[in-house]
Amino acid sequence: MSEVPKPEELIKKNYSPPEKPWMETKPEFREGRFCNAANPKWLETLDYPYARSWSVTDEDWNLPENWKDIVLENMHDRLNRFRSLRLFFDICVRCGACADKCHFFIGSGDPKNMPVLRAELLRSVYRRYHTVAGKLLGKLAGARELTEDVLKEWFYYLYQCTECRRCSVFCPYGIDMAELTILGRELLSSVGINTEWIMASVGSCYKTGNHIGAPPHAFKDMIDFFCDECEEVTGVRPRPSFNRKGAEILFIAPSGDYFADPGTYTFMGYLLLFDYLDLDYTISGYASEGGNFGYFISHEMGKRLNYKIYSEAKRLGVKWILGGECGHMWRVLNQHMDTWNGPADFLEEPVSPITGTRFENAKSTRTVHICEFTADLIKGNKLKLDKNRNDHIALTYHDSCNPARAMGILEEPRYIIRNVCNNFYEMPENTIRENTFCCGSGSGLNADEFLEVRMRGGLPRANAVRYVHEKHGVNHLGCICAIDRAILPPLLEYWGIDVELTGIHEMVANALVFPGEKKKTVDLRDRTLKGVKSEEIEEEE
Amino acid sequence: MGFNLAFYFSLFAVIALVLVPLVGAGAGLHVIFGIVIPYLAGFTFLAGLIYRIVKWARTPVPYRIPTTCGQNKSLPWIKRSLRDKLENPENTIYAIGRMALEVLLFRSLFRNLRTELRPWREYPEGGRLIFWSTKWLWLGAIAFHYSFLTVLSRHLKFFTEPVPFFVPLLESADSFLQIYMPAVYMSGIALLAALIYLLGRRIVDPKLHYISLASDYFPLFLILGIGISGVLMRYFLKVDIVAVKELAMGLATFHPKVPEGIGVIFYIHLFLVSTLLAYFPFSKLVHMAGVFFSMTRNMASNNRAIRHVNPWEYPVKVFSYMDQEDMYRKQMKTAGIPLERDIEE
Repeated sequence: MSEVPKPEELIKKNYSPPEKPWMETKPEFREGRFCNAANPKWLETLDYPYARSWSVTDEDWNLPENWKDIVLENMHDRLNRFRSLRLFFDICVRCGACADKCHFFIGSGDPKNMPVLRAELLRSVYRRYHTVAGKLLGKLAGARELTEDVLKEWFYYLYQCTECRRCSVFCPYGIDMAELTILGRELLSSVGINTEWIMASVGSCYKTGNHIGAPPHAFKDMIDFFCDECEEVTGVRPRPSFNRKGAEILFIAPSGDYFADPGTYTFMGYLLLFDYLDLDYTISGYASEGGNFGYFISHEMGKRLNYKIYSEAKRLGVKWILGGECGHMWRVLNQHMDTWNGPADFLEEPVSPITGTRFENAKSTRTVHICEFTADLIKGNKLKLDKNRNDHIALTYHDSCNPARAMGILEEPRYIIRNVCNNFYEMPENTIRENTFCCGSGSGLNADEFLEVRMRGGLPRANAVRYVHEKHGVNHLGCICAIDRAILPPLLEYWGIDVELTGIHEMVANALVFPGEKKKTVDLRDRTLKGVKSEEIEEEE
Repeated sequence: MGFNLAFYFSLFAVIALVLVPLVGAGAGLHVIFGIVIPYLAGFTFLAGLIYRIVKWARTPVPYRIPTTCGQNKSLPWIKRSLRDKLENPENTIYAIGRMALEVLLFRSLFRNLRTELRPWREYPEGGRLIFWSTKWLWLGAIAFHYSFLTVLSRHLKFFTEPVPFFVPLLESADSFLQIYMPAVYMSGIALLAALIYLLGRRIVDPKLHYISLASDYFPLFLILGIGISGVLMRYFLKVDIVAVKELAMGLATFHPKVPEGIGVIFYIHLFLVSTLLAYFPFSKLVHMAGVFFSMTRNMASNNRAIRHVNPWEYPVKVFSYMDQEDMYRKQMKTAGIPLERDIEE
C-alpha cells in the first residue's frame, strides 16, 4: 500500500487553479495517484489489443507505432455510434455548474478534476480533428493535437472519475461525465492502456465467474462457510443450492458480498432471508458475479461479462432473476443488460412467490432488486421482524451513486431500514439521494496503490458521515453497494470516523424472527445485542 | 481576477467586427451590409443549424441512460411525488415534462450548490464541507435568456405587417416603468446586466477564468455589442425607424431594398447580428438545439419495463458455461455441483 499523507496534510488544499493555462500543465505520476498498468496476461486472456509490459512511471509507454491513428480512428468511430459523445462534445458552454460537484475536485483541488475540464481534455482533441475552428485556430479555439502527453493526461484523469454522475445532475444540459469517461477509457484500451486492478478483475471474472477469481467449487465453499456461520450465530442453517435446474429464481450477488467483511454479513443476510421464506432459488458458480468491472473499461467488455447472467438463467430454466445489493451492478442490470443481452423472453415476468406481487417495473428485464423484493415482503406483512435487535446500531444511509442516479431506488431501502431499525438518521440533504457523494473508489478505482486519490475523493462522503456521527451518535453506515462496503471502512478510518459499514440485508437478518428460534443474544457479527445481560450469554454457552 | 489571451482576442475580434460596417457602410456599401450579409448570415444560420441537428439525429442512441433525480417507479405503494415523476420519468409524457422544466425554467441549474470547505477546529482533518444553495448562475441565465427572447420578440414589429397582437402588448409591459423618453425597455437593461454578470463571473471566479475559452468570451462580447448598439440606436443616436422597417420588411418578404438615410449605427447593429447568426451553429450556442437531444434528460427511465434496442449492437466473444464446466468439471463434481456432462469413467 502506498504512503498516504496525513489527513491534515491532505486537506490543506487550494482551490485556485495555477497560473499556467491548463493545456500547458502535465500530470505528475506520483505514487498513490495512479493505478498500475495491466499485466499483459490479462489482455491476452481477453483478446485485448496491444498486450505488453509497461509502467505508468516510464517515460515511454511502449505504445504501438501508429497509436495516434488508432485512437483517432476509434474516436471517429464512437462519434458515429454514440450520440452522447458527439452531443456532449458540442454543447458544453463551460458554465462551471459542475465544477465543485465532483468529489475528486473537492478532495484534491486539481482543476482538471472539475468535470468540465476533465471533459475538455477529450473535447480539445475532438475540436482539433473534427471542427473547422479547431483545425484553423488551434489553441485559441480550445483545440490541441493528440500527443503522448495528452494520452497520458487522459489516463491520469479518466482514472480519476468514478462515473458517479453527480455532475450530470447539476449540468443544465445533462452532460454526463460518466459517459465520456467510459468512452475515453475505451480509447485508451484501444492502444493497450489499461489498469491492472480492473483487468485482473475482468480477466478473472471472464474465466472463473467472478472478480475475485473463485472457481465454482471454491465459490460453493465460501457460501457453505457462511451457512456454518449463520448456524453458529442464529441456530438456523440456510440451505442454498448451486447451479440447480428448475429453481424458480436465480440469485445474483456481487463478489464483494462473499469476499470480505463486512460484505459477507450481507450475504449471510440474503441466505437467512431466503431460508426464512423457503424460497425456491439457486445460485450459480458460472454467473457468480453481479458486479461488472468490464463496464469500467468498455461497453463491449461489460457486455461480455454480463452475458453470463441471462445465459445461465436460460440454462437453468429459472423464471426470473433476483439481484443483490450492488451499485454499478444495478447500473448495468438496469440500463444495459436488456439492450446488450436481451430480450429475456425465456424468462417470465417476475412475481413474488411469497406475496404474489407482480413486479411490473421489471417486466422486460425480469430482474428484480432485492430491496424491492424485501420491501414488498415487509409491506405484505410476510416477515416477522424485531427492530429492537438492531438497537445497538444507530444508522445512517448512503445512497450509492448508481442506484441513486442511474435507477432511482431511494425509498425501498429506507422503507426496509425503518422497519428493521429504530435509530435511523439521514445525512445532510445535499449529500444524499440524487445529490449523494461517491465513496471515491467506484468504477474500478478501488486499487490499493491508488489510496491517496481515493481518500481525497472520499472526503465529502466521510465529512457527511462525520456530521451525523457527531450529531446523532451514528455508528453504522448502511448502503446497498458492495464496493462501498469494501472501501468505506478504510476511508472512514483514515478520516478518523468511528463508524462501521453494513448492508441493508444484514440489518434485515438481524431483525428477522425465525419460528422456534433459540433466544437471540448476538447479531450476525457475533456482537451482543442491546439489553442482553452477560449472564444470558454465558448461560447459552 | 484575470484576463487571458482568450478574453483579449474575443474583445478585439468584436471591436474589429464593429469597425467593418463602420468603414464599409460608412463608405456607402449599403447593399452589402443591408442585404447581402444578412441573407448570407441567415442562410448560414439555418443551414448550419439543420446540419448540426441532422448530424445528432442520425447518430444512434445505443443505450437508454437517463440520469435519475428522484424515486423510480417500482412498487405501486411506494410514494412518488410529482417531483419524482418529473425527475425520474417513467414514460414519455413525464419525460416531456422534465424537458419542459429544463428548457423553460433551467431546472438543473436551479439545483446549483456552492461547495465550501470551512475550517473546523474539532475535526482532525480540520475542515468541514458546507453546501450552499446558490441561485445566482440560474438567475443570470434566466435573466439573459428571457430578456434576449423578449428583445427578439419585440423586433417582430420590424419584420411583420400587420404587427402580431402580442408585440405591442409585450412592448407596453416591457416599458411599464415609463422612464425616460422613449420609454426604457426593461428587457434591454436586463439583457445588458445579465451579460455583464455572465462575463464578470468568468473574470472574477478563478475556476471559471481557468476554463474559459475564446469561444466563451466571444459570444458574450458579441451579444453585448448587439445590445449596446441597439440601446444607442434607440435612445441616443436615433435612426430613421420608418426606413429601418422598410429594409427589414424587404428582407422578410424577399424583396430587399435599401432605403437611404439609415445611420451607420444601424449597420453596425445589423452586422453584429449577422455575425451572431452565422457563428451560432458552429459554436457552443448550439446548446439551444442540443439540449433537446440530451439523452440523460429526454428519455424515460423505464429500462426494465421496456427494452431499448441498440441499432448497432453486435455479437461479442463470450466464455460460455460449458467452457467453464470443461475447465473445472472434476472439482465441481467433487464439490457436488450438478454438471451438464458427467465425467466419463
